[in-house]
Amino acid sequence: MQQTREVSPEIIETGYHYREMGLTDEEYQSIKQILGRRPNFTETGIFSVMWSEHCSYKTSKPLLKKFPTEGPQVIQGPGEGAGIVDIGDDQGIAFKIESHNHPSAVEPYQGAATGVGGIIRDIFSMGARPIASLNSLRFGSLNNPRVKYLFDEVVHGISGYGNCVGVPTVGGEVQFDDSYEGNPLVNAMAVGLIDKKDIQQGIAKGLGNTVLYVGSKTGRDGIHGATFASEDLTEDSESKRSNVQVGDPFMEKLLIEACLEAIHCDALVGMQDMGAAGLTSSASEMASKAGMGMEMNLDLIPQREQNMSAYEMMLSESQERMLLVVEKGREQEIVDIFKKYSLEAVNVGHVTEDKQFRLLHKGEVVCDIPVDSLAEDAPVYYKPSKVPTYYEEFQQMAPYAPVVDDYTGMLKQLLQQPTIASKEYVYDQYDSMVQANTVVSPGSDAAVVRIRDYDKAIAMTTDCNSRYLYLDPFVGGKIAVSEAARNIYATGAKPLAITDGLNFGNPDKPENFWQMEQAVDGMSAACLALDTPVISGNVSLYNETNNQAIFPTPIVGMVGLIRSTKYITTQHMKQADDVILVIGETKPEFGGSELQNVLEGKYFAQSPEVDLEVERKRGDALLEAIEQGLIQSAHDISEGGFSVALSETLFNQATLGATVDLEGDATSLLFSETQSRYVISVKGENVDRVTALIPEAEVVGTVTDDKKLVINVSGETVIEESVQLLEDLWKGAIPCLLKSKA
Amino acid sequence: MKFAVIVFPGSNCDRDMYHAAKDALGAEAELVWYQDAALEGYDAILIPGGFSYGDYLRCGAIASTSDIVTSLRREAKKGTPILGVCNGFQILLESGLLPGALIRNQNLKFICHFEELVVNNNETLFTTDYEKNEVISVPVAHGEGNYYCDDQTLAELVEHKQIVFTYKNNPNGSVRDIAGIVNKQGNVLGMMPHPERAAERLLGSDDGLKMFTSMLKNWRDQYATNA
Repeated sequence: MQQTREVSPEIIETGYHYREMGLTDEEYQSIKQILGRRPNFTETGIFSVMWSEHCSYKTSKPLLKKFPTEGPQVIQGPGEGAGIVDIGDDQGIAFKIESHNHPSAVEPYQGAATGVGGIIRDIFSMGARPIASLNSLRFGSLNNPRVKYLFDEVVHGISGYGNCVGVPTVGGEVQFDDSYEGNPLVNAMAVGLIDKKDIQQGIAKGLGNTVLYVGSKTGRDGIHGATFASEDLTEDSESKRSNVQVGDPFMEKLLIEACLEAIHCDALVGMQDMGAAGLTSSASEMASKAGMGMEMNLDLIPQREQNMSAYEMMLSESQERMLLVVEKGREQEIVDIFKKYSLEAVNVGHVTEDKQFRLLHKGEVVCDIPVDSLAEDAPVYYKPSKVPTYYEEFQQMAPYAPVVDDYTGMLKQLLQQPTIASKEYVYDQYDSMVQANTVVSPGSDAAVVRIRDYDKAIAMTTDCNSRYLYLDPFVGGKIAVSEAARNIYATGAKPLAITDGLNFGNPDKPENFWQMEQAVDGMSAACLALDTPVISGNVSLYNETNNQAIFPTPIVGMVGLIRSTKYITTQHMKQADDVILVIGETKPEFGGSELQNVLEGKYFAQSPEVDLEVERKRGDALLEAIEQGLIQSAHDISEGGFSVALSETLFNQATLGATVDLEGDATSLLFSETQSRYVISVKGENVDRVTALIPEAEVVGTVTDDKKLVINVSGETVIEESVQLLEDLWKGAIPCLLKSKA
Repeated sequence: MKFAVIVFPGSNCDRDMYHAAKDALGAEAELVWYQDAALEGYDAILIPGGFSYGDYLRCGAIASTSDIVTSLRREAKKGTPILGVCNGFQILLESGLLPGALIRNQNLKFICHFEELVVNNNETLFTTDYEKNEVISVPVAHGEGNYYCDDQTLAELVEHKQIVFTYKNNPNGSVRDIAGIVNKQGNVLGMMPHPERAAERLLGSDDGLKMFTSMLKNWRDQYATNA
């Protein structure tokens, strides 16, 4: 790889070289003011990554402040590597979601793999053992050969990395819409289990304490990755392939085991992974949080390549590296733990009290800046926002009223839409069972992992229907959280908290910023109503290609607690003669629906409504019924409406079918995407108790044993089809699309 | 009965194996780090799945050169029951303790799901609690589980009843649907599917538990005979 050519402080200013690193003129001037002099090349690079959107949240901070972040269940809110919620018995669950969109757009295998690696490090750097990961993916149309390549390689990357580190990939979602064609979204969520007493912080306390560098050597990969992540993708983005890091899951596995052993040694003071902006962010954040300074000698940094400059070392995003602060004089205890795993822990510096971030290289001071200015004094921007004209037009339109003639044909078409179709092709490539705790693996509403040695389990999901957010970001934001909660409730869990993966376009465009504001307001309202505070998250902006933004996609990763393993519920029907009920009435709501996509090839008019109070009440009532042992199966009704949801409950079964009788408008009853609805099944003798607990639950039919799906509306059979045939279509759709030469 | 679970750098089913032996079966079990090369004093040895040394050469190749494998060979000769699962199977093949090789799955992808296996031989130390030809449900999770051997080796495997498990619906292209084989002596068994992940009903199947109960029962019988 090429060495970076460095220019003098004077030339940086007069030649505007700071702009190439992503700093604005004003930002450069304020750096000059902070330092009282011109920053040198290394310092300019350090400021540019720390003040990038990816590290500083300078654009999104005013919005993130609106999120509710507190509650009795919150042990650790936003600000550390990951948030932690209480699950009783002095245990906590640490979790966080993170995006790796831009790297995945140019180098999908490594982009996705290192995304998984990075988020897992966030979890064990808290002291938690990673017990599950999930992935939320968005791609363009699978008819496009480039998208097929991206899709296959992203999945391959997640599989290659995730399987090797021994953390089960238990869930997630994949959706397809044209807006993601050039800018796929790869958001990885990791979940860890921790005993409260073991919680670590990324903090550099204690004057004179030693800074240890652990893990992979530093190379020239990923230099300026955080800056790259903070600009639009363009046709030159391909040339940024070298900005993408390369992952080593074996090293990560060794780091997990060594770090989790190290937390039991009280010589350890603090620990943080080197994620975005690598050594720079981990070191400066740890010092800043402790109110201390740090001095490091870069000659001591383990280096993978020759003649690396200070700039390159500080901006490298080489993977699988951790920074530890340990008590002075007790370094050997930690060194020995890492040695067991053939890892070197190298003394590279110490904690100072002057609050300066000072770096030495080849006998010279190459960086000397106030540490707080990096982590805390980053600029904050209040961007202008403007209601987009498309939104106003959509609001004024008459509600979309689709016409369907052939209901069975439409159901078949819907089941083959890649967003709805079975994702078995994807999750079969993930080791979803390692650690031997996975009770509900991918393919049901939420994934469930039991907590060993206790009679309890946790449910996890990621959700975001960005079509609704495009039509109405406020309502869509509410729906994203509500849908996640519905998935959690349906497994028999109480929703606890969320992590947010905010993916938007360029915030400098007022219409995009308006979408962000609205989405955050909607999500906040839902988080309050559902008592699921935001405990961690990630912001990815500038998701655009050729000036076209993605649909607003604030992905919600939610975790819930199942109070006993006997409450674990799946979406699948269990036995013939059980009674099928639908919770919640159906309205004609088709804006942003899969039906609209099939019939019109685009989305317009209004998104479905959601009443948060109703949402909470129904979820709580369903959970109560589950905990009373009254529910055989529960599934939320989402894309494609009731007919799709009901079909899904019958798949992957040997013999079951269903016969359902409904009254009203067939198109709505079958395909509307009205929110806050579930389809459940109940043993005959329990129907009365269930309808007493959930007044909105209505009996609609029975489970049969003839493997046939029959739906009658107002006395007329509108759908009659073999479940096997529907299942084959649903399962075959994605493999078929991948093989076709479009 | 005391089980050893060998832990290599990169093993990731070690704890699962440990819990299957300790919690599901109720026996004694210890995790043995690969550098602690002594394997004496254990009644059975389990080699877990995972990605030893990242599987950066051939799967199991680097692990098979470690000192603990010398000790493992000695135990194999002595007749100590040794069970290698997934990466453990790969290590047994690379060590020459079992014949054949594992190559990439036919579809060139990692696969992970429950598979139905047929118990072809229920007369080994590991399978006496199964019925002959019993069909059991056990998960697979591998990228290189496609068993291969030449015709002569296959003929020998058949002749000596060394094919212990076969797939009902071959997921990876293995010769003769082979999922697990045992050595001629009958004390070293390697298999791709994960019985330790099928040791509790809660996790979808406890069909794998009988492998552990078989080992325990046979150990007791042998102990009774020797005593």
